[in-house]
Amino acid sequence: MLGSQLTQLHQRVPTGLAEADAVVAAFDHALVGGFARVGDDAADALAALAGAVAGTPLHDRVSEAAGRVTAGSFSQEHLVSLAGARSALLGAAHDALLGQFDTAVGRDRAPWRASVGGPAEVSAPRGAARAWLHETAVAGWRNADHDLLSAVGAPVEAALAEPSHRRLAVLLDGLAAELRASLPVVGMPQVPIRRWADLWSRAVLLAQDWSGPADDVEAVSGRLLPLGVDIHEHGTSVQVQVHGVFEPAGGRPARLVRTAVAAAKVATITGPAVWRLLQAHPALLAALAQRRVLALTDLPLHGADLRWLDGQARVGEPADPFVTARLLLAAATAAATAPLDRHPTAIAEPVLLEGYTVRTADGLTIECDGQQLPIAVDRLPAAGPLTPALVAASSCCLGLLRWDGGRWLVQPLAVRATIRGKPVEAHNGDWAEGVTDPKAAKVAAKAGDAVAVLRERAGRLLRR
Amino acid sequence: MTDADEAAWTRRSVLAVVPPAQPRRLAKVPFVELADGRLQGVVSSGSDIERVYVSSVAAGNHAYHCSTNNNRPCGGLRGAPCKHLEALAEEAVLQYGVDPVARYLRVDAGPDVRGGRDLLARMDTRHEPTPAAVVFSRFLRHLAYLELPDSTTALPELHWFPATGAVR
Repeated sequence: MLGSQLTQLHQRVPTGLAEADAVVAAFDHALVGGFARVGDDAADALAALAGAVAGTPLHDRVSEAAGRVTAGSFSQEHLVSLAGARSALLGAAHDALLGQFDTAVGRDRAPWRASVGGPAEVSAPRGAARAWLHETAVAGWRNADHDLLSAVGAPVEAALAEPSHRRLAVLLDGLAAELRASLPVVGMPQVPIRRWADLWSRAVLLAQDWSGPADDVEAVSGRLLPLGVDIHEHGTSVQVQVHGVFEPAGGRPARLVRTAVAAAKVATITGPAVWRLLQAHPALLAALAQRRVLALTDLPLHGADLRWLDGQARVGEPADPFVTARLLLAAATAAATAPLDRHPTAIAEPVLLEGYTVRTADGLTIECDGQQLPIAVDRLPAAGPLTPALVAASSCCLGLLRWDGGRWLVQPLAVRATIRGKPVEAHNGDWAEGVTDPKAAKVAAKAGDAVAVLRERAGRLLRR
Repeated sequence: MTDADEAAWTRRSVLAVVPPAQPRRLAKVPFVELADGRLQGVVSSGSDIERVYVSSVAAGNHAYHCSTNNNRPCGGLRGAPCKHLEALAEEAVLQYGVDPVARYLRVDAGPDVRGGRDLLARMDTRHEPTPAAVVFSRFLRHLAYLELPDSTTALPELHWFPATGAVR
């Protein structure tokens, strides 16, 4: 990414973004106090939400829902309408921001073609989740208590047992853990208002008896050249998402894709130990740790998402992700995000930044041709070798461009730096096959093998 | 934090609300949690690999108990917290840090408190039997996470939960 591209990114703020953000913020505030009693501010916020979707097919439903919730006689259906309107606004914000990014860097993006999905079979876990989400919205974050948090246990357990409900289960479990750790919410210095409203709204939509589009999946073969890996983690889940350039066999144009593998875990398995949970995917881990190409045969591709089947991947020759980015990233075609997933938080666009300096006052900020780009330092995982010090000393970075809190940020996935006169290179995936840094390995060894200890306990105690 | 910073914080989608647990050796105390108004957990027996103890200290009144998972009282409880409770408190402090544990249990920790033993010593504890079953079943549910199948379809919601904690 060049300084001139950053200039363009910063100058062209999408029209209506601030207005949409204000409507969402007001709605989110209403969720803090809950819908048991809707005050004047909350009533205004609901009316504004309905107003914001005027002229869209959502309008009638959302207007009715806003009126019913304000009057205090509403059902789950009405909350779905409100969650849907909020998600539509943020989805539009996502589209506008991503369009701005694509224009700034000249990224080509294939439009979304698949259907929007269809009704799914009635599911008991989803029903239980809907009931809990309804109760939570009625109470509001401020009035959440131990009873409410105990009540989420059953829906989470039921959803976890059903592989097709994993998204809902992982989301509810993550939200509930945060609420539990934050009780009493009135005692918090400040409430994560936007965040919890995001998680609640998405959970409401995932809890509907509706399936995502199953069509438009193609089986693809070719070479995947990894750019970097983004690691996600909460107490009971870990996911690694590899971004890469895919070169289809037969010489068709290269595509920007990503593939994710996830495992359930417990809070005490953290840091480099999380890689141990993903050992069912040896080819993927080897390609990350050794920085190699993957040869793929018939992997399902849906939009930009490649479904990982490790047995159909073969580890190939070495491939430097920085070289891949320099030579192939600009020409690769990206894909549109699935409609339900559109939210500014979903923006994670691979970029290569070079020839910059890092300012270290007030967090880390990249400075390039007079332009500034804050670095998301809190997105450097303990499972990899990147540290704030390394990023501060870097002059070349492969990262994901993100949007949060009304500004663009870069999340480093790999850096090249000079430390004490020596060139150093570090990638998030370097420790995928085991910690390679002696100091970090010592720390990990001291903590012992958490996975093995818990598996032994599970083996002895679970099947009684 | 200024008002403007506070307003910006509440409008962020991605925040580390729960700090990640610190790694610790799990062999002795495989399970610790602050839940149900108690510091509670499971301590492996030092002598019998098949046996575990369920130990807990309640927030506020600091009532403690320790028994096997079959509700046989721990022989080490002689008018004071046993070594299992001490181990539980030590490991809780390693996992969560002194301050969160003290705050949850409502103990005035003070600057001299380093470990869980110090924390226990500062409480006016008393013995009060509680059933082991609830905690033990929570432990089994905890272990059951490790038996769930992997997922190879993307979980887009995890973008709200970035891995963090690189502070070396």
